Amino acid sequence: MEITTQQYKHCDLISVKGRIDSYTAPRLGEAIESINNAGRYKIVLDLSGLEFMSSAGFRTMLMGQRNCKRYNRGEIVLASLPKRTQEALDLTGFTPLFKSFADLTSAVGNF
Amino acid sequence: MRTAIFQAKYENLDAIREYVAQAAKDAGFDEAGIYSVQLAADEACSNIIEYAYNAVDDGEIECTCSQDGKNLVIIFRDHGCCFDPASVPEPILTGELNERHIGGLGIYLIRHLMDEVHYESLGEAGNVLTLKKHLMG
Repeated sequence: MEITTQQYKHCDLISVKGRIDSYTAPRLGEAIESINNAGRYKIVLDLSGLEFMSSAGFRTMLMGQRNCKRYNRGEIVLASLPKRTQEALDLTGFTPLFKSFADLTSAVGNF
Repeated sequence: MRTAIFQAKYENLDAIREYVAQAAKDAGFDEAGIYSVQLAADEACSNIIEYAYNAVDDGEIECTCSQDGKNLVIIFRDHGCCFDPASVPEPILTGELNERHIGGLGIYLIRHLMDEVHYESLGEAGNVLTLKKHLMG
């Protein structure tokens, strides 16, 4: 899995390429945390390059979302969620917890 | 029938997913079916590594893939401590962000992605988890 981060004017972008599982999910958690530690809580998670995500990734996203949404200071939104992961998120009831946008431009435009 | 043994480490989840994906592909599953099998296998092995072996990485997971005529059959054997997936409570799948529980999602996914899930404890000899998914067509 490759993670790249980029700071925009109104939000931060985390782009994930590859597979998120129990082995790689902690690195996604660290990426979210390091943005939060810098005092920023509005995050776009670009999943256009995502090939696989297990429940370890869902848990990481859930914990990140809790921290970002605290005190109404921000949130994590998703861009270009792949179909298979969308289905798994639907199955586990995670879909209502994240705004999801078809592409990066509209996700960034949310902030 | 094919069998492989993997070191019980999170970094091997990739190889385990590839292994079951090939069996699912050979059994005639489409892309969605293959993904379901991969996700279920990942969740099963993540649980074995975390609970049966307590994330100590000298354990092994033996994976056997076969077909019984109606199903793709995937069997995971480990030599860790007794871990019954049925003992894991159902996760809470509705409600607000802070009401959601972090655990139990893996088992929930396995139950919904596969058609049959059987668990057998062999006592000190370990655990056997059998996953079945109906063949397509």
